[in-house]
Amino acid sequence: MTIAYDDVLRWIRDFAAEISDNKQYLSKLDAAIGDGDHGVNMDRGMQAALGKLDAVPEKDVGAALKAVGMALISKVGGAAGPLYGTLFLQLGSATAGKTELSAQDWSSALESAVKGVQARGKAEPGDKTMIDALIPARDAFREAAEGGVSLGDALERSSVAAKEGMEATVPLVARKGRASYLGERSAGHQDPGATSSHMLLRIAAEVWKDS
Amino acid sequence: MKKLINRPEDVVLESLQGAAHAHSDLVRVNFDPHYMVRADAPISGKVALVSGGGSGHEPMHGGFVGMGMLDAACPGEVFTSPTPDQMLEATKAVDGGAGVVHIVKNYTGDILNFEMAADLAKEESIQVEAVVIDDDVAVKDSLYTAGRRGVGTTVLAEKICGAAAEQGRSLKDVADICRTVNSSGRTMGMALTSCIVPSAGEPTFQLGDDEMEIGIGIHGEPGRERSALAPSKEVVERLAEPIVSDLPFERGDEVLAFVNSMGGTPLIELYVIYNDLVRYLEGKGLKIARNLIGPYITSLEMAGCSITLLKLDDDLTSLWDAPVKTPGLRWGV
Repeated sequence: MTIAYDDVLRWIRDFAAEISDNKQYLSKLDAAIGDGDHGVNMDRGMQAALGKLDAVPEKDVGAALKAVGMALISKVGGAAGPLYGTLFLQLGSATAGKTELSAQDWSSALESAVKGVQARGKAEPGDKTMIDALIPARDAFREAAEGGVSLGDALERSSVAAKEGMEATVPLVARKGRASYLGERSAGHQDPGATSSHMLLRIAAEVWKDS
Repeated sequence: MKKLINRPEDVVLESLQGAAHAHSDLVRVNFDPHYMVRADAPISGKVALVSGGGSGHEPMHGGFVGMGMLDAACPGEVFTSPTPDQMLEATKAVDGGAGVVHIVKNYTGDILNFEMAADLAKEESIQVEAVVIDDDVAVKDSLYTAGRRGVGTTVLAEKICGAAAEQGRSLKDVADICRTVNSSGRTMGMALTSCIVPSAGEPTFQLGDDEMEIGIGIHGEPGRERSALAPSKEVVERLAEPIVSDLPFERGDEVLAFVNSMGGTPLIELYVIYNDLVRYLEGKGLKIARNLIGPYITSLEMAGCSITLLKLDDDLTSLWDAPVKTPGLRWGV
């Protein structure tokens, strides 16, 4: 039960397509509590990332993920660029040289990625950020994988946990980023970063369900 | 939207190209990644100053590149932070071996991108000290927000630190002076009209003909309060009082008073504001030792102004007076 290199590419491509299809939606979420460019910025970054995938050394999962990270860092701007850039760079470092990923590999990669995002953005759970989707997803995957659940089911549980975490950002008052300036007025809106993070994990569960 | 542009998506690029043509004696512009460096960079043995941020605040930052001020500026898309690759390349282009100070306005995007750039520069053995400017008293500073925004004091910090670097002071000294300027400067802004981001095509916010927004940010972020339009004298009090009481500025202090246009307010009105500010500060027993009046940190075509007060000491005053030669600020040469 492993995730093959081509599956990883499929995940990246499907995530890019999902962002593209939902860029107006993500920007609309962002307009309510931020500066309204999350979808457009992420779409620009993921499209640039797709262009880098062809130059990746053969079948190196880590190199592909790093290429995505570098593209996001140089093309997204705002806060999302360094945060998603870091997420993918850390996924890449954790999987460097691998041609396929086991459940344990993905668990460690998620662990590094979340750690990297937290170190960069300094957000804690409950601050109304992407961390609120990522941490439950990481924990759910690790528990499921350690409990002997199949890779596909573990990914599904991780995706569900991300969704719950994303939905739980609605009533929260933002304590990080531009949304924090709104104080109480930020409550009642779903966080756009948590929303795109949920997409990332949901697409992983969909693309890799038969792995 | 009525703007003198060709296509919204080309505004930043074409504006940079125009600046490159206009100021080729002072600056060099690099495209993709976009950054501007002073024509004589890198200067061996001199601490270099790099700043940057979203475009739309011209002349900040590109207009402040040159002798006695910034060594490089990195422009992002309109109101969007530039990216680490721009900052890294700019940092490498100006490093003269004595280290580089990054002057960063306190917005989450700017902070994160500059942090990444500093990490990357350190990997290439360039010493970087980052100083964050957060002087906007309109924002309550608390553990539960991203903190105060970086606004007018940024211009003063870039001038003063540029002079210190020009004198050959060390990386630590220049960074410390920058921190002193930040901790001694306070700003508050107001708007009469909204700005229009070219790619959005619509006003960022709505303000009635008889309304003003006190405490506006330089990207049109909401302020402290929206209220009925008032005479200059009252506007000055409502901007200056929170500034004076925040630091606090005290009777006998010497200050630099900076009256800035948000882009759409003409100089004739800035002088009316300045006149009222002089009277207000006299009443508080503060002495205006230096001033700066004009559009220096703008918000596209927004009408409105900001007031910045910087508490001066002898060192800061002499650094302010030192020669500067940039597209946007020039004296003593």
